[in-house]
Amino acid sequence: MLNLNKLELTFNNYNLEKNVHLYRQGGLNIAYDVNSGSLHLLDDKTYSFLTELSELQKEDPALLKNSEKLLNTAGSNLRADEKKEIIQELAELQKANILFSCEAEEVNPDYPERPLIKAMCLHIAHDCNLRCRYCFAETGSFGGSRGLMDLETGKKAIDFLLQNSGDRPSCEVDFFGGEPLMNFSVIRELVIYGRQKAEELGKKIKYTLTTNAVLLNDTVAEYLEQEGISVVLSLDGRPEINDKMRPFANGKGSYDRIIDNILKFIAKRPNTSRYAIGKYYYVRGTYTHYNPDFYKEVLHLADLGINRISLEPVVAPLEQSYALQPEDLAKINQSYDILAEKVLEYAHKGNEFTFFHFNAGLDDGPCLPKRLSGCGAGHEYVAISPEGDIYPCHQFVGQEKYKLGSLDDSPLVLPEDMVQAFRQANIYAKEDCRICWARFSCGGGCHAANVAYSGELTKVYPFGCEIQKKRLEIAYYLKIKEAQRIKKIC
Amino acid sequence: MAKHIQTIIKGNLSETVKTGGCGQFQTSCLSASKTSCTVGNQVCEK
Repeated sequence: MLNLNKLELTFNNYNLEKNVHLYRQGGLNIAYDVNSGSLHLLDDKTYSFLTELSELQKEDPALLKNSEKLLNTAGSNLRADEKKEIIQELAELQKANILFSCEAEEVNPDYPERPLIKAMCLHIAHDCNLRCRYCFAETGSFGGSRGLMDLETGKKAIDFLLQNSGDRPSCEVDFFGGEPLMNFSVIRELVIYGRQKAEELGKKIKYTLTTNAVLLNDTVAEYLEQEGISVVLSLDGRPEINDKMRPFANGKGSYDRIIDNILKFIAKRPNTSRYAIGKYYYVRGTYTHYNPDFYKEVLHLADLGINRISLEPVVAPLEQSYALQPEDLAKINQSYDILAEKVLEYAHKGNEFTFFHFNAGLDDGPCLPKRLSGCGAGHEYVAISPEGDIYPCHQFVGQEKYKLGSLDDSPLVLPEDMVQAFRQANIYAKEDCRICWARFSCGGGCHAANVAYSGELTKVYPFGCEIQKKRLEIAYYLKIKEAQRIKKIC
Repeated sequence: MAKHIQTIIKGNLSETVKTGGCGQFQTSCLSASKTSCTVGNQVCEK
């Protein structure tokens, strides 16, 4: 038996499964230390040893409190000197607090009494020139009547944002729809108005626009370029896939109409940030039950020279024919695995592209308070309907239960109970999140997806969690591959 | 040099409870996502 006191490795009341994620990806054995955000590569023997420790803790909860017995039980297949070496290395990393690091104290983010709004999704048009079958906006109308936001409502919305942004120097406005370019004249007026009002207060507004690119002609493209507006362009991938889900009202597919607009536009932004910082573009699509092999869509886009790509799982009730089903998960995971290797292969060939959900901030990522506050919907981020109604985010628009008020209310104060409900719906309020290794990376999942699935803000959407965890595993894997590549060059 | 374990990234996330929270971070869902919350895939601009 080893003298474990000398080795100084201890796991008393330390839940390994919760705090260290062990997995294999691309032939590598990876350990992600949840509380420090550190990444380690393990040899096969260490990987097996750690996996065994974690399994033993699960099988016999008494071992959670008996570190010495746990360490002596595991690793029976190792030679004594090997086991000692491994434990010594593990102990050094524990001492440095980068493996088996101390659990972060469960402290809720410190919010001001009144909510500080810093970002707004402006539903400039509840109308659309496409009839996308999966549209959560119900093809643009969000369950209401079709209509465009008028200039006065838009101005009130910007006033509301600036007046409620406290001392934040920078605010964000996203022109969203429906299809926002159907109301381009109002967008132009609001950009001028917002800039002027922000300047008067010593602030800045960062604008983004989400468009299906149907109306993205040369004039509009030049305008967006000149004004430094970031753009998210919707496109699902190969023509037959895109056209099946994204037709015009007459049923004709949209691919041929938009592809040249998109390619011409992105050519203006060759150095766009992979982390969506500054003036950027991303081409964003949706995958459904019809294409769990969606890696083909991503590669189609990459082969066209599009190098900032985001493809997301559809959000839809299970009874819809295009909704993702539990049996799709294996194929979805396989797609992500293939995509991981393709990202590396394309980079090696000099055709680098970024898949948005393979981005990961670890040592350079968000602080813990930000990770806990998640997307900020309902207290830092709101959406405004064309009529001036206020909702927690774009996905809640039209859901009366979640309406936060109207820009015409006087006084205009967001309801305290709703603000608190969204503030408190963080990972510590969600039973499944508190013990999950991905808890500091996903923000506890999307509120709207959680509500759609469970009816509650604090109960997660498990299928979404599985996809999120897979994307994170690959994001960390690619971090390691990148580090190895740099080391090789140096 | 360690024989069995290679550390790739050394983080100090739990320490940022004390140092973080400046509030200047961009809103996660406004960029290229729109249907999923992923705070961990951004970088700090501070």
